[in-house]
Amino acid sequence: MRRLLYLLPFLLFIGVGIAFYLGFERDPRDIPSALIDKPAPTFDLPAIPGQMVQGQPATSGLSSAKLAGDVTLVNVFASWCIPCKAEHPVITRLSREQGVTVYGINYKDKPEDALTWLSRNGNPYAAIGADQDGRVSIDWGVYGVPESYLIDRKGRIRFKHVGPLTPQVVEEQILPMVKHLRQG
Amino acid sequence: MTRLLLAALLALSALSSPALAVQPDEVLPDPALETRARTISQELRCLVCQNQSIDDSNAPLARDLRLLVRDRLKAGDSDDKVMEYVTDRYGDYVLLRPPFKATTLVLWIGPFAVLLLGAAGTFLFLRGRRGVAAGADTAPLSADERRRLDALLRKDD
Repeated sequence: MRRLLYLLPFLLFIGVGIAFYLGFERDPRDIPSALIDKPAPTFDLPAIPGQMVQGQPATSGLSSAKLAGDVTLVNVFASWCIPCKAEHPVITRLSREQGVTVYGINYKDKPEDALTWLSRNGNPYAAIGADQDGRVSIDWGVYGVPESYLIDRKGRIRFKHVGPLTPQVVEEQILPMVKHLRQG
Repeated sequence: MTRLLLAALLALSALSSPALAVQPDEVLPDPALETRARTISQELRCLVCQNQSIDDSNAPLARDLRLLVRDRLKAGDSDDKVMEYVTDRYGDYVLLRPPFKATTLVLWIGPFAVLLLGAAGTFLFLRGRRGVAAGADTAPLSADERRRLDALLRKDD
């Protein structure tokens, strides 16, 4: 019995070691969102100046009113953001083939740059709001683009992904969650 | 010549001030508000370069948050209200000093618990040793042992 007691510090050390080792697996950039399960912030963003929708100048951008009703994905992007370009085909597939409405928040971008970027890479967004000073994005808790938020039918944020969306994240996390939220 | 150069360098270095992340156009005209803004900014973590406060960081988001803090102060918010505004959006993670609550109990209590555990262990260990030294659990010498001890001690004289 007493022998076992001498083993205790060693076992404690092993336990702490394992805990720290597992800590290596975690991405320090992945900060838990404070807004999960909370209503999406109230906002009303204008369209990107000069943006055309079906041949007409866009009249409305993106507001919180548009978010309620269906399960939607809100994607924060910018033309100057390299990973945004990498995730763009994934977003496009999500919107055009996988049947998820995707809204865009154009984060701190020059209007002309954003429009060139969209015409070059395609526009998968059902609507885009231009957040030129980044204030609305702060309300969303954005700290690095790209970021994506899944909004349920009641307009609550249910899931957040920081960094570019990958096919794997879409298959394993986004699509099952969308299915679940549509049922609920 | 070298001396003159050194003197000039010294004089110049005295004139310089540390590089500040806060840009002149961010500074509020009211010095009292600005002091409060600086104090709050030093408590808030920059989410891009995570080990700097927004007061220290040159990241664009840090600048946006500094401006936000100043806007909230200008709108008449108290210091706590401003902190709450930011933590509502970014969670406790933005606080460089974590709050004391149920989820951070291990963080705050942990070191003291380890210290206490170590102190208790040391106390028990030392008490056990003193017991041995005082001969609390050693048997008295037998007649034979005593004779041998006496013989050894006499040899020394």
